[in-house]
Amino acid sequence: MTDVMIDARDLTKHYGAVTALKNATFQVNRGEVVGFLGPNGAGKTTAMKILTCFIAPSGGTARIAGADIFDDPIAVREAIGYLPESTPLYTEMLVLEYLEFVGKMRGLSGGGLQARLRRVVEETSLGDVIGKSIGELSKGFRQRVGLAQALIHEPPVLILDEPMSGLDPNQASEIRELIREIGRERTVILSTHNLAEVRLTCGRVLIISQGELVADDTPDELAARAGKPRFVATLRTNGHSASDIHEAFSAIGDAQSVQEQTGAAAGELIVEVVPKGNQDLRADIFHAAVSANLVLLGLEQRGENLEDIFRELTTGAGASS
Amino acid sequence: MNHILTIGGRQFRSYFNGPVAYIVICIIMLTLGFFFWNTFFLYGRASAREMFRWLGLILVFALPALTMGLLAEEKRTGTIELLITMPVTEAQVILGKFLGVLGLFAVLLVLTLAYPISVSTLGNLDWGPVWSGYLGLFLQGSAVLAIGLMASSWTSNQLIALFVALTLSVFFWVLDKFLALLPTSAASALEWLSFDYHFQSMARGVVDLRDVLFFFSVTIFALALAFRALESRRWS
Repeated sequence: MTDVMIDARDLTKHYGAVTALKNATFQVNRGEVVGFLGPNGAGKTTAMKILTCFIAPSGGTARIAGADIFDDPIAVREAIGYLPESTPLYTEMLVLEYLEFVGKMRGLSGGGLQARLRRVVEETSLGDVIGKSIGELSKGFRQRVGLAQALIHEPPVLILDEPMSGLDPNQASEIRELIREIGRERTVILSTHNLAEVRLTCGRVLIISQGELVADDTPDELAARAGKPRFVATLRTNGHSASDIHEAFSAIGDAQSVQEQTGAAAGELIVEVVPKGNQDLRADIFHAAVSANLVLLGLEQRGENLEDIFRELTTGAGASS
Repeated sequence: MNHILTIGGRQFRSYFNGPVAYIVICIIMLTLGFFFWNTFFLYGRASAREMFRWLGLILVFALPALTMGLLAEEKRTGTIELLITMPVTEAQVILGKFLGVLGLFAVLLVLTLAYPISVSTLGNLDWGPVWSGYLGLFLQGSAVLAIGLMASSWTSNQLIALFVALTLSVFFWVLDKFLALLPTSAASALEWLSFDYHFQSMARGVVDLRDVLFFFSVTIFALALAFRALESRRWS
């Protein structure tokens, strides 16, 4: 058994004159949770539809768990659990009835099917709604039914198209926990346009923009690329003028620049301090504030700013074309 | 085969989870009852011939309502994506869907047995033509259902699927009704393509292999086109 579970080579898809995906090449290993990140219409869904053999690429090919999408689409589908965008389900069916149907389609039967049903219902906390019709369920529960059907045959590869969309924060954190757990032994690709999501769930990020793969890195490495950290301090001025405060912080040896930020409440001031290198200035800022008789109300380290990289990568590509 | 049965079984049950199956069955039974008993005592014969005449026509109009959503609705809601990405082939999906609606149609036919049974209590009914008539209904119905499934595979709009299926099935049914207006050579060709021509001989009690093969070919042809349409999605 190979450890490369998803091996995509030069995937290209044209819809008429529109190129939805251009030469996308990437690998995903067993035990990885990879985030497909990009603005709407970037080609994430197209890539996922190709990997699940719903559509064929115009060029290139991919292997899932060793099976080629052209030569053995059935083996590919067997290896994949798939949650399509917006979770299409048969709304007139009962939850249990639906999961049984999917289980049978996935080749399960008898005691094996019952055991797996119990397990996925437990994993996705569907116990309370098992006898309801899917049409009656809230978005969060439907999403869980969608996940349950993707998990029922214990697939080595999970492909989830926007699994978190429409979930409230509590539901999202439950699902996130579940995905992380699944990702320990198996391979998960999930798409999202939510950066915070990626940081919390994924070990690796593929950023896709206008059909092209523009980055393939861990969230931390991507963040490091964003450049220096920045420190943002909120202070009570205690009657000191802005220029005094500015002076106090500029005195920090490793500080390259000190900038006043907008948005402070009355009697408060927000300053951003950028270090010369990658130094951690939090302690220095604290001491500078104390010695200048300022009250430090808040201190925050920023700069692992995925948003910035994302914007740069996804709009930068657009500007050059 | 298991996949076909699973898909077919789900489809069959889903008809009874919604109103469509009940509505269509009610309409068919009521219209049939009206037309059948309306003239039955006029003829004063213990025969089910009239029933087949009417049922053949009613089904041509009613069955497309059962097939219109088969694939169109799955495409509209996106459930087709989950269905196709299970380890099944397109052919299994088409056959499963067809089997599901064929099962509902069979239930419908069994319900209509109420009419010949009640006729048989009124007089001495010859059951031979009844059974051959039912075979004819089943075969013609299969062809109409296959055409409906094909129409449903072409669109994601149920109403368009209904309209296309109705147009095609009514066209094939009506073909032999205007023969008098045509030159004989064209007339015999058209007659041979007509559903009603093949069906009526079975309703009379004559089971000719050619009639059976005709409906069989139409069914297979329509299913093959539906398969092509479903498969073409991959390359669009």
